[in-house]
Order: sequence, then structure tokens, then C-alpha cells
Amino acid sequence: MTALLEIDKLGKRFGGFVALENISLTVGPGERVGLIGPNGSGKSTLVNCICGTLRNEAGSVRFDGHPLEGASTHQRTRRGLARTFQLPRPFASLSLLDNMRVPLLYAVGARGRRHTDIEARCVELLREVGLESKAWRLPRDLTQVEMRKLELARAMAAEPKLLIADESMAGLTPSEVEDILALLRRLNTEGITIILIEHIMRAVMSFSQRLVVLVSGRKIADGPPDEVVRNPEVESAYLGQ
Amino acid sequence: MRSDIFFLICLAVGGAAFAGAMALDNDYVFFAGYVVLQYVVLSTAWNILGGYCGYVNFGTAAFFALGAYSTVAIHKLYPLPIPLLLVVGGAVSGLVGLIMGYLTLRLRDAFFAIATLALAVVLQTLIVNWDYVGGSRGAFIVRPEVIAPLGNYVRYLCLIMLLLAVAAITSARLIERSRLGYGFATIRDDELAAEASGVPTLRLKLIATMISGAFMGMAGAPFPYYIGYVQPSSAFGLDYAINSIAMPLIGGTTTWVGPLIGAILLGSLQQIVTVTISSAINLLIVGFLLVGFVIVAPNGIVGLVRGFMQHKPTGLFGRRRLGVNAPGPTP
Repeated sequence: MTALLEIDKLGKRFGGFVALENISLTVGPGERVGLIGPNGSGKSTLVNCICGTLRNEAGSVRFDGHPLEGASTHQRTRRGLARTFQLPRPFASLSLLDNMRVPLLYAVGARGRRHTDIEARCVELLREVGLESKAWRLPRDLTQVEMRKLELARAMAAEPKLLIADESMAGLTPSEVEDILALLRRLNTEGITIILIEHIMRAVMSFSQRLVVLVSGRKIADGPPDEVVRNPEVESAYLGQ
Repeated sequence: MRSDIFFLICLAVGGAAFAGAMALDNDYVFFAGYVVLQYVVLSTAWNILGGYCGYVNFGTAAFFALGAYSTVAIHKLYPLPIPLLLVVGGAVSGLVGLIMGYLTLRLRDAFFAIATLALAVVLQTLIVNWDYVGGSRGAFIVRPEVIAPLGNYVRYLCLIMLLLAVAAITSARLIERSRLGYGFATIRDDELAAEASGVPTLRLKLIATMISGAFMGMAGAPFPYYIGYVQPSSAFGLDYAINSIAMPLIGGTTTWVGPLIGAILLGSLQQIVTVTISSAINLLIVGFLLVGFVIVAPNGIVGLVRGFMQHKPTGLFGRRRLGVNAPGPTP
């Protein structure tokens, strides 16, 4: 089995501050990986380096067998790498339906695949996250949890192989967290590899098959969730012992 | 509505207006109409970059002047027919738009606006020091008095500007409803999210600066024939930059209708004021209207109408924003 995502000795600095150091990580197709770490440990920086929003100075990222060096964010999305943002970033002047339309036109369309009825596909995507009835509304009419769902649906519209969900559940109530988790599980059963970045430990523990822990820009643990949380280094990083 | 049908309707409306003006048989109507139509083209062109993509361009005058000075330069070599000059002016301004875009589009907001303003200053300095096109002295263009079968030459110029306006509006509407238009809207809303959705933002922005610049150049190309004497301070006039921003803002920036309404309203008002009060009062009116609209109707006239129509879901404008075949907003 070849890996879907291979990160090799990745490093990123902001001036004198080392944000990521020597990160190596492999994610296989169909995996559910949880990525955790205290605030400022470099989780989002890692996501940004994978997605091309930031350029890493050292190391390399391979996706689906191809190196991603020099590829811009939109090219990576077209190759099957989708992400959601920590704070939802909907297209505010477009209806929810048109929010879905953009990745269909630009990411899926660029792969040579065209949906015959784009509008129907948009509605279908919104139905999957339960936003069908608001298809013609603007994002400003949505609640926080709906906004997160819109963010996920838009990432899904790009028909990715790998979905990186960056704190999709921050600030949600427990039942809303369950909603999002169920959604992510369903996507995973459809064959999409998922990297979940999350602070809510209960959610990460129940979702992930594997847990990766970042602390101060270094990877300190990588393995089955139960083992990782018993790791003394992880415990000390989280509990400050 | 399909774009070809829309184009024909625009042509028919324009044709009817032109026929009406011919029936009046008053050259002043064409003289003033030319200016209003020129502003329709300029504000529609500005809106492609400023309204659709959200990049405020203060350099309209530079693109306009490039079109005008292309005409002056070519006229001195060999006087070409005006439609060909339009093509040349459009090509020159489109190319400069592309270059300017490449140099400045990594800037955002105020920084981009300042860069476009700087471009205008740089180009004006170049033209002032380019003796071949008259430098700071300016250049005279002697146009034919009459043209058959229209009569006065200004009627011919007005007809050309009318056709250009129809072309600009049709293009803007076509862009708005195409894949390109959705891409532009995402650039306006959130470039990071746009890239993450697969939108090649830099390429799209370059396309926008090129189209926008090209139409501005085309609007400027017949200008030397219209005015008869071009000098840098008139071709690079601040009025063009201010008006082409004010008109879309007053009309509404998210659709092709906005710049059209804004240009017709404000352009006509300026013409009326010029003959009834004074030409010096023009920019004052623009200033007052702009302040008024920013306070009362920040989304322009189109936004105002939409807000009103959204209470009636059957409304023409209310639906457009919500989608073409919307089942109507849920209460």
C-alpha cells in the first residue's frame, strides 16, 4: 500500500522562530488521523504547508505519489487535497448553492470532469450536510454550526482524496460535535482520507485510528490513540508536568 | 436570458435611442451623448476589476489616456479608420493592464489603489516628455467635418461609442454569469478560500485587469477625434478616475446594471449641470452624491431596489441574487 500523503523532514521558520522542525508523517489512503497539540504547536502551520498557503523551507511533501514542491494552493486542491479553515471563510456575497458551485467549476472541472447538472449536484452536496433548505440564502444567515457544515460541504464539493479538517468543531455544543463527527465518519466510509485537527479530546479519541501529537513544532508521538495519550511526553506537554 | 438575445436587445435599445437622437436633429445631443456613453464604457470596465474582483483601480485615466495617445501616435503615422484605432487602443491598454496587474496584484486594498494611482502619474510623465505625440504642448487632430450618411462627424463618433457601450455591457453580463464571474466573486470575498477551492486567483486577476484595461483604452481611442486637441492634463484628467469609481458605486457594483445606471444618471446630470449652471460644479456634484450614497445606500441603487424587492419574492431583482430558479426565500 503506497501512502497518500508523505511528509519528509519538513521544516518551517518565521524569522528566528522555528514553527516546524523535522516533521515526518505518512498517511495511508482511507485513514482517519487525528492531529493534536497545544496552542502554537504548529498544527495550522503544518496544514498551511501541506496546502501550499505557506512555503516550507526544508523537507518535502508528496501527495498521491507526486511531489508538491512549487505547486500553488489551487493546483493542490485540483489534485485532490481539500481543507477547511479554522475560522469558516465562506464566500460571503454568494448563496450557499453558489458556494458549492465554485469548487465544482474550478477544482472538479479542472480534472476534466463535468457534472451535467451542476445545480443539482450543489443541492445534493448541501443536502448531505442538511443545508438544502437554505440553498438560496447567504452565508450571513447561518448559525455557527451551519457555517462549519458549509465549510465542510465546500471542501467536499472539490471531491478530494484527502480532507484536512482544521478545528471544525471549536466552539460547538456536544451534540453539534456529534453531528460533525458523524458527517466526517460518513465521508471516510466513502473512501476519503481524513486528517482531523481538534482540541476536543473526546472527539479526536473516538474518531481517530491514529493520533499524531505536535509540541513546539516537533512531532513527539504517532500511534494508536490509547497508546499515545499514555505516552509520558504527551502527558507532560498537555498537563505541564 | 441568453447572451446573444441580450446583445440584440441592447443593440435594439441603443439603435432606437440613436434613431430618436437623429430625429431630433440636434448635434448637441450627440455631443453630450458621447460623453455619457463613454462613461458607461469606463464605469463598466472599472467594475470588472473593481466591482467583480474587489480591486479598486484609481488609474482609469491612465488606461483611457493610453487609448487616446495610441490614436494620436497612429494618426501621425497614418490615419486609420476609428474602429481599427479602437482595436489598437484596446490592445495597448489591455497589455499595460496585464503588466500592471502582474506587478501590483500581490498588493491588496489601499496599497493596490495607491499603486494604480502611481501608474497614472508615471504614464503621464512619460507622455509629457514624449515629443512625438506633442509632449506637454498637446496634439491637434483635425477630424472630417461631416460623414455620410449621418451628417456631423460627432454623430459617427457617438454611434461608435454606443456600439462600444453595448459590447462592454454584454461582455460584463456574460462574465458575471460565467465560470469567470464566479471566480471573480470569490476573489472579492476571500482569496485564500478561493485558492483552496481550486480558483487560480492570480491568473483570474490578470484576466480582469486586462479586460478592464482594454475597455478603458477602447473608450479613450476616439477621444482625440472627439475633442480635436489632446493634452496630457485633459487625457489624464482626474474626472475619469473619480467618475469611473463613483458611477459604479452609485449604481451598485455587483452586477452589470449598476455601472450602467450610475453612468447614465451621473453622466447626464453632469451634462445638464454643465449647460445650465457651470462645468466647474461637476466634481462637486459627484462628491456630494458619493457621500450621500455611501451613507444612505452603500450597495448603490441596485442594492436599494434589491432590498426593497426582497420583501416580495416574485421580484425581478430579488431573485437574481438568490439564484435564477430560486424556490423563493424561506420565511
